[in-house]
Amino acid sequence: MSPIIEANNVSRTYAGHGGLFRPKSYVRAVEDVSLSVEQGETLAVIGESGSGKSTLGQVLLGLAPASAGDVRFRDAALSPAGSRQWREQRAEMQLIYQDPLAALDPRLTIAEQIREPLDIHQIGTPEERAQRVDEVARDVGLQPVHLSRRPHELSGGQRQRAVIARAMASKPVLLVCDEPVSALDVSIQAQVINTFRRLQRMSGVAMVFISHDLKVVRNIAHRVAVMYLGRIVEEAPADVIFANPQHPYTKALVSSVPIPGKPLGDRVILQGEPPNPAARPSGCAFHPRCPVAVAQCRTSVPELHSNAEHRRVACHLVAEVRGAAA
Amino acid sequence: MNSAPLMAIRGLEVTFGTSRVVHGIDLDIAAGEALGVVGESGCGKSVTWLAALGLLPGMAATSGSVRFQGQELCNAPRATLENVRGRRIAMIFQDPSSCLNPVRRVGPQLVEAVTLHTNLRGDEAKTEVLRLMELVGIPDRAARFNLYPHEFSGGQSQRLMIAMALAGRPDILVADEPTTALDATIQAQILDLLGRLRRETGMALIFISHDLGAVSQVCDRIAVMYAGRVVETGAVTEIFAHPRHPYTVGLLNSIPRLDGGQDDLLTIPGAVPDPSHLPPGCAFAARCARADETCATAIPPLRGDGAAVACWHAALPNPSLREAALA
Repeated sequence: MSPIIEANNVSRTYAGHGGLFRPKSYVRAVEDVSLSVEQGETLAVIGESGSGKSTLGQVLLGLAPASAGDVRFRDAALSPAGSRQWREQRAEMQLIYQDPLAALDPRLTIAEQIREPLDIHQIGTPEERAQRVDEVARDVGLQPVHLSRRPHELSGGQRQRAVIARAMASKPVLLVCDEPVSALDVSIQAQVINTFRRLQRMSGVAMVFISHDLKVVRNIAHRVAVMYLGRIVEEAPADVIFANPQHPYTKALVSSVPIPGKPLGDRVILQGEPPNPAARPSGCAFHPRCPVAVAQCRTSVPELHSNAEHRRVACHLVAEVRGAAA
Repeated sequence: MNSAPLMAIRGLEVTFGTSRVVHGIDLDIAAGEALGVVGESGCGKSVTWLAALGLLPGMAATSGSVRFQGQELCNAPRATLENVRGRRIAMIFQDPSSCLNPVRRVGPQLVEAVTLHTNLRGDEAKTEVLRLMELVGIPDRAARFNLYPHEFSGGQSQRLMIAMALAGRPDILVADEPTTALDATIQAQILDLLGRLRRETGMALIFISHDLGAVSQVCDRIAVMYAGRVVETGAVTEIFAHPRHPYTVGLLNSIPRLDGGQDDLLTIPGAVPDPSHLPPGCAFAARCARADETCATAIPPLRGDGAAVACWHAALPNPSLREAALA
């Protein structure tokens, strides 16, 4: 089966402000990233602020064109943003952000907002559109009374359901979710996560789930890609990566998650902070914080190697271990 | 409890206009203990402490009693509060950048806090600031003394806030969601720092958070709040192993587990009630599977000593504990 979306060696560079006597600086937000997502699959992209995970989401949707590499959507190249072909492709791919209040128009009713993508993409007759609004609202767990309300009359969880309903209205095949449950309280977060899973079971939508919350990712993702300063450093099936992380950064991330009911124990606490993406360290970008870095890490960038467990790791030391075992 | 508590809150109520958001909080804080206060948005976990320290705006009406070492703080005159705030009880917040003046160098800002709360002046105050910066783990402190707040990262700014809070060598540090805005690896560093500071200085820590995981990393005791009331309190290990209030059970169930699978999460149905339209009985009754007629009409009191729960149908405490108590 061919993937729904495929990125091949994509990079995205932002130019910083130069001064009169200062050259422009370049921030490589996403660098040489390859990934693919199949129908019915959820790929989680995790990483800290500045790791490029949100930029990657925008590149996949064509909202931020790739500076290098190419994105393919359903076996066709992604058309330039704003073009007619891109608009047609965009009806099949939708985006969900963290803050539902910012994503909703305060003056429109929930029904009008859910219907909007159907109007924009001219999907169905007016009767079919009204029917689709009722159907998709039910799918995400909104009550019929909510449809005539405006965003400020709903709770945070209901608003996020409305945003999800609007995204699903045009029956997309790809959903990019950027921190969709981070702003919600835990009890509501659990309801929304279950909603995502149910929608995927019903419609087979492929999901790219961008998050910093590893516990949520463990519950919802089939595969997980870990990003550090614009590069994927490790990618593996969710059960494999959390049970047996291999990259030193993934190990630290997994270990940093506080487990309810457990006091501070022998966790790996990383020293230092993620470096500024504009001043990327040489070699492996993680080497200044890495507890096991060797001389080679300071000079050469480790490639993303794949191994038998459907895992890809970009670390000289992991590669070495693998080489020695083979 | 044998000795008198460092701080005792009794029947604390807070009302904004016509809606009451805190409905009678009773809490004791012992010297040196770490208490976690958990709950979802709007449960009153932050407002309780802002009210206790007289930090709420004028439109909020506070009643009840907040005694710190025998001194009444609730609705106390400004002079009394200012002797306690910052000096004896310090508070840090979620967003450190909003607490630092962006147009002043951080060193002088910390010196200001030190001179305000201690008798140190001039070079002595600067030496104290450098000591504090070292204590909270800011590398290269002498060089960074003269930097501006924007030159520090989020994690470093939170460390500066903690240094500023420690300036008066407080007996209690109230930390309101101090790690929520930080990345996972930085969050682990700050939790580690708070735990270390408490061991080294012997101050009590009130850790307000919605993150049950973070709370259990640094706290001994926990108070779970719902709709302006404490619904369960007890030792961290006990509450996580044997939660008794249905809300605590639901909250723990809704957190996905890192070592768990991909089954549907157990959720609490419905949402938190509107504080201005609370039901006459238990505020959680509408979302609770154990609720009956009693719950709909009467508010359950917080019962129990040490470990307490406010529920008409609370689960029995840990059997081994019960036997130990009977023996």
